[in-house]
Amino acid sequence: MTATTADHGHTHSHHHEPHWAIKYLWSTDHKMIGMQYLFTGMAMALIGGYFAYAFRMQIVFPGEHVPTWGIVTPAEYNQFITGHGTIMIFWVAMPVLVAAFGNFLIPLMIGCDDMVFPRINRLSYQIFLLSAIVLIASFLVPGGGFGGAWTAYTPLSAVPEYNLTPLGATLWVIAVALEFIAFLLGGVNFIVTTMNARAPGMKYNDIPIVVWMIVLASILFMASVGPLIAGAIMLLFDQNLGTHFFDPAHGGDPLLWQHLFWFFGHPEVYVVLFPALGIVAEIITVFSRKKLFAYKMVLYTAIATGVLSFFVWAHHQFIAGIDPRMANVFTATTVIISIPIAELCFVYVATLYGGSIKFTVPMLWALAFMVEFLIGGVTGIFLGASGADIYFHDTYFVLAHFHYTFFPIAIIGTFAGLTYWFPKMFGRHLNETWGKIHFWGTILPFNGIFIPLFFTGLLGDHRRIYSYEHFPDLNTEWLQSLRMLATVSAIMMFAFQVPFLINFVMSAIRGKKADKNPFKSNTLEWTADSPPPHGNFPVLPTVYRGPYEYSHPDREDDYWPQDEPPKKGSASLAPATEAAE
Amino acid sequence: MFDLVPPVGSTYAADIDNVIVLVAIIVGFWFFATVGMFFWLMWRFRHKEGQKAQYVTGEEPVLVRWVSWPHVLIIICDVLIIVAAVMVWIDVKQTLPEHARDVRVIAQQWAWTFVQPGPDGQLDTADDITTIDELHVEVNQPYRYHLSATDVLHSFSVPVFRLKQDAVPGRVITGWFEPIITGQFDIQCVEICGIGHGMMGGRIHLETPEQHAAWMAEHRPATQVAAATRTP
Repeated sequence: MTATTADHGHTHSHHHEPHWAIKYLWSTDHKMIGMQYLFTGMAMALIGGYFAYAFRMQIVFPGEHVPTWGIVTPAEYNQFITGHGTIMIFWVAMPVLVAAFGNFLIPLMIGCDDMVFPRINRLSYQIFLLSAIVLIASFLVPGGGFGGAWTAYTPLSAVPEYNLTPLGATLWVIAVALEFIAFLLGGVNFIVTTMNARAPGMKYNDIPIVVWMIVLASILFMASVGPLIAGAIMLLFDQNLGTHFFDPAHGGDPLLWQHLFWFFGHPEVYVVLFPALGIVAEIITVFSRKKLFAYKMVLYTAIATGVLSFFVWAHHQFIAGIDPRMANVFTATTVIISIPIAELCFVYVATLYGGSIKFTVPMLWALAFMVEFLIGGVTGIFLGASGADIYFHDTYFVLAHFHYTFFPIAIIGTFAGLTYWFPKMFGRHLNETWGKIHFWGTILPFNGIFIPLFFTGLLGDHRRIYSYEHFPDLNTEWLQSLRMLATVSAIMMFAFQVPFLINFVMSAIRGKKADKNPFKSNTLEWTADSPPPHGNFPVLPTVYRGPYEYSHPDREDDYWPQDEPPKKGSASLAPATEAAE
Repeated sequence: MFDLVPPVGSTYAADIDNVIVLVAIIVGFWFFATVGMFFWLMWRFRHKEGQKAQYVTGEEPVLVRWVSWPHVLIIICDVLIIVAAVMVWIDVKQTLPEHARDVRVIAQQWAWTFVQPGPDGQLDTADDITTIDELHVEVNQPYRYHLSATDVLHSFSVPVFRLKQDAVPGRVITGWFEPIITGQFDIQCVEICGIGHGMMGGRIHLETPEQHAAWMAEHRPATQVAAATRTP
């Protein structure tokens, strides 16, 4: 199937250059679809970022005119926080990390010419685009966008009289459900392609970790999203058809939604974490010229984490009114998940041992990911411990913890991947100096935003507050100065994205030309042209060894591409290939 | 002014703070150990011209030890944290004091209603005292709260007590607290409950027995007052 599609593409382009709309919007080429996801995700990130700007301004200058927006009303404030969370998770982290990198990388890294189901792939993006349009529309309908937070707890989300956004809430649910369908279609493709279309010779242990991670993420997503799609349909019916799934007055149960949401919502954290971990693995091995420390351990640990992630969801609900005895079980499972995650951290740090580390821009991002995510990880223990969570639940401490996990994943991980594969994507190099300016201009303010918020959370500052005038204990100068520090840092961080966007566009057009393998990497995508043409490889590659054979003692070069045939007669069949038997 | 946490206002607040401190010490140790190792490796193995990296698979027993030993220690730390957390949890959420006063807490968009027994000590009698957004309780006196919501989810939070409990429509959730200090502090709704969520604050007044008795006398319910004026 892949072969016929590729052939079709070639003959097509011989006849005439396709209309731009066909080429860019109707393509079945995995790289183009990856780019579509990437640019849609980046555009949505601008909206999500703007929302954050607007509500952070309202917090520190309550009731005052916010430049470029105006006065923020309580309804708008709730829409901003809801929209920010929804967009950043579902329309930025998911499309960019899973779909954009998955689409771009999987066929290139496993050595095939396209996805196994290219038309399903195209459909996946089109449904995703539709979902984004529906979501944006939800902000513009009469009554305004949904303002019940990204978790959309019932009955607030189910009853128009309570949320006062009948159309906005309905469109929110429809957008989310559509988006899930898009990723289900994409996930099917990732899994089937990786299982069936690998280059000859590529055994399971020769698959680059990032591909494994995206496949695991797709499996987790498929296994967890069913209950939430069911929940979304029930919510839609409650909102519009008069059913009472979540209405206690008619025998429904509001907590049912929380279970359906978090049964998906917690594995979702690992759905986006895994691709980021994979990207970081590729980058730290290349720029420290080291084999990944304990490849199999990384893989098995990730699988164990994925399985465990299905047994922790109720830690979001310790104090939600569930049977308090459940908290004891979920505290144990939640704290236990620190074991595989700590393992992954140690293994990544150990990969640096004995390396030859070059601090290029992608490497800086990858290293920053490890430190920042570690902060997110260790602060999670406070929240997983039920006794401490009684106090921390729904405070800014949770918010800061959450951003220390999601920001490294969605933003740092993305920048790491984007700067690393930029030469492959666009055939040109990113400017390193501007890349470093952007790196420090993002990382330092990021910590400036969320470290103060840990402290406001410790003082009992709780989330989603429009104005502190009704909470005298929270309306103190000390707390307000911490909040101000966070807002100023946020604005600085947003400002530093401008040089990135300029650098991105300018480098893509006029950057230094990149050859096939500028970083001397082993994996297969670097044997294709930069950027790879339709069909990817002139001759489909054959694989002889694992992806991380850097600095092998038998070789002069410090890298050993996966597709380089072993010398005839010598006994130097790659050790990884033997180990894989 | 530069406080780290709010005052310790209930019998279990210090226990909760202790769990937080225990976790902070444990994860603080691991965090700084890992980050220290990380930065040392980055510096020690930075790129030098002409020096090739080592070939390490990560399956060498000597090196694997560096990962597996800390790992065993982490499991021990996890068990410590779980035990400490569960003990406090059971005390705060799974037990109720035997002799305690009752107070009914009703959350709605966007106000708190508190119903306390009058002089007869019984709820649902004519002398009940109802207050809005203001809860008056006596120090060193255990209270059982009965929390409910009339419309959407809310959450009853008193930071000085380190107490938080969601209110769910259709359910009455019972819990407890015992103040140990006096003063006025915030009551927050910490579950988003619609447009007015940001103004759903209340105040809790922790009073000495004398203050509380005076307040009780002042707030004889309207029915009683009416009855008193009718009889000449």
